[in-house]
Amino acid sequence: MLDHLLADLANAMGPDRARAEPLELALYARDAGVQAGAAAAVCFPRHADDVAAAVAAARRHGVPFVARGSGTGLAGGATPMEEPLVIVTTQMNRVLDIDVASRRAWVEPGVLNLDLSRAVAPYGLHYAPDPSSQQACTIGGNVATNAGGPHCLASGVTAAHVLAVDVVLPDATTARLGGLAPDTPGYDLRGVFVGSEGTMGIATKIAVRLQPNPPTVRTLLLDFTAIDDAAATVSAIIAAGVLPAALEMMDAEITRAVEDFVGAGYPRDADAVLLVELDGLADGVAADVAAVSDLAMAHGARNVRVAADEAERQLLWKGRKSAFGAIARIAPDYYLHDAVVPRTQLVTVLREVYAIADECALTMMNVFHAGDGNLHPLIVFDARVPGVWERVHEAGNRILTACIRAGGVLSGEHGVGLEKRDLMPLLFSPDDLALQGRLVDAFDPDGLANPAKVLPAGSRCGEIGRRPVPEGAWI
Amino acid sequence: MELREVAHEIGAPLRDGEHVVVTGAGTHDAVGNPTLATCTRLRVPSGIVTYEPADLTVRVWAGTPVRELQATLAEAGQEVPLDPRDPTATVGGVIACGLSGVRRLRHGPVRDAVLQVDAIDGQATLFKAGGPTVKNVTGYDVPRLLVGSFGTLAVMLQLILRCRPLPAASAWYRVSSPDLPGNLRTAMLRPAAILWDGRDAWVLAEGNEQDLAAEAEAAELGEPVDAAPPLPDAAHRGRISVDPAQLGALAIRLRAISGLRWLAEVGVGTVHVAADDATTLLAARTGAHECGAWMLREAGGDGCDGFGTALPHLDLARRVKAAFDPRGLLAPGRVPL
Repeated sequence: MLDHLLADLANAMGPDRARAEPLELALYARDAGVQAGAAAAVCFPRHADDVAAAVAAARRHGVPFVARGSGTGLAGGATPMEEPLVIVTTQMNRVLDIDVASRRAWVEPGVLNLDLSRAVAPYGLHYAPDPSSQQACTIGGNVATNAGGPHCLASGVTAAHVLAVDVVLPDATTARLGGLAPDTPGYDLRGVFVGSEGTMGIATKIAVRLQPNPPTVRTLLLDFTAIDDAAATVSAIIAAGVLPAALEMMDAEITRAVEDFVGAGYPRDADAVLLVELDGLADGVAADVAAVSDLAMAHGARNVRVAADEAERQLLWKGRKSAFGAIARIAPDYYLHDAVVPRTQLVTVLREVYAIADECALTMMNVFHAGDGNLHPLIVFDARVPGVWERVHEAGNRILTACIRAGGVLSGEHGVGLEKRDLMPLLFSPDDLALQGRLVDAFDPDGLANPAKVLPAGSRCGEIGRRPVPEGAWI
Repeated sequence: MELREVAHEIGAPLRDGEHVVVTGAGTHDAVGNPTLATCTRLRVPSGIVTYEPADLTVRVWAGTPVRELQATLAEAGQEVPLDPRDPTATVGGVIACGLSGVRRLRHGPVRDAVLQVDAIDGQATLFKAGGPTVKNVTGYDVPRLLVGSFGTLAVMLQLILRCRPLPAASAWYRVSSPDLPGNLRTAMLRPAAILWDGRDAWVLAEGNEQDLAAEAEAAELGEPVDAAPPLPDAAHRGRISVDPAQLGALAIRLRAISGLRWLAEVGVGTVHVAADDATTLLAARTGAHECGAWMLREAGGDGCDGFGTALPHLDLARRVKAAFDPRGLLAPGRVPL
């Protein structure tokens, strides 16, 4: 069967576009998440037609399929389950059209997030969603996970920036979901496709909104001796009617680690720092800088540092964006979580998170999008220590449970993928999940598009009799 | 009353297999297609359930009038950018019809404001979709699918909406503009609205007061004017949705239609049209089709159907409908499935 599939793919896409060498398959056996799967074959389309042909070939041979960009996803969304055909979109990486007057661009799914912003920078524009992996992650992957980033506080996540998506549906037909007009007649299929993690089809061309670069940008570093004060300041800023472009928090451990790593001038003895970015027109930004500074001091900040120039601003951001590089110096392994709580619950939940770390005898660091309550507890550990995985696992589950109990959700930007699919019942009732199952069945009645993702086993019709997630799957 | 009790009560006709339609303030009854006259009319409660200003979220019953919601939020210096033509409209009505307001250029479409929906499906089963936080990618984005679904997928009971701080200042400006005022979009950072009727352009700026004055001077907008331009109103009304890059081409066609009044949202592509007779409104729809656009009927337009076009990807849309409402009991006919 595999030989026939490969022959069909080679026939449709050209020789050497589809392969099943063991070494290559191993390379595509997982994304940046924890769990590995196994692919039957991997192919490298260059055009939308190739993607449609790949899906058609997979269907013909009864093989599931999963699209993959750069594989930077942290929730296992691109991890191949049930031995699928992996359709790698990284060679579909052209920016097809930039319409400066209408502030939008058409791109292929393999365009890197940062490359898009670079391509439109000469026109004074940028693409707003900026996940931490923006140098490596693709727009197609961003669409699949509805990716976020520090600058989504004011401008919204990917869903707010996608106008239209050309897709290959799971039945191998093509469709344009959404459009360039503000509204399309009927249901917002584009809206539900974004964030569907490859279970409703594969994007082959995407129209995105572009934003004008603000003329004034100010970045502030607020230094606190108590993390509770930092969290209270976050709520106070939002309650005061200031909506920063970004509002990030780093706790004591990560601040020290980052400072030792990049030397950005972060206070090594702080209990927490807030990185606040305010942008817009000159007077409004000046007023907001004053308001944020006053609120920080009123809530116990030790110091407010306003970046004096662009170089200093870049240095402050370098600290934030180097967080994951910095922790490599502390321990060989880390597990990054992603959950959201209502902003007003930040203090309570953070306390709980630290208590859980203590009880599980783990080192926990927190570097996260505080402005929208998007926590990223980071557990650092050495996987060679016997029994440590069990403790990491337990701590992760307890943290997510605590977030849900505080009125939060399981994921703010990484997605559910494989990692959290079996935790979905923490948030959703069986009726809620059944409805979502029927919805995805409407797109993919045969359950061939990225199987075993998003919904827990048993939520869908198409999966009856299929293999469950293997033993040892880690949340 | 508790959500579950309300769901049980409202779901009774569905359990009996009756066709149903939700009625709020009735301000959107003529938008889109009419539903069966024999439908049982459902009423959803009104009122704010919880409001936490520091979370920038509010939970409301779908039957809450927009005006009442905005009044409560304003006390905390916030709003939800819903701007229905008639402020007595209910939150659920605006969202079910997916009608974004004229400040969409700055604040985005109405679908971006909906975080969570508690609703019953066509089998009267209560479900929750989305989540209560301002950021959430847990599960499928069902709330977006419900926005603009005209009540054909679910009966929305409660919604959690994203709030925004009210702008420190706002001002309308009016300039003469026989040509499409595309330059105004780039002359300002983030205008809230640029409206154009073929003769004049109105600009809404929001933000810091000094910034407003400086931007107005740089863009040569003159002094602020008292009020927004009224949306064109008449017995026969529609809303054209056009690629904003095609607005100039559409304007040429609309100008040629005698008796048609129109107001375009520059940079967005929504054009509000009104006429005293149905024939004129239909001529606007024809002009829209010639530009690759479509027109949603909002009022009147006897003999003209609500959408004027088949739904794209009809088979898929039908399967989605069946996933929510397999018996076709919810607002039958309201959307051309």
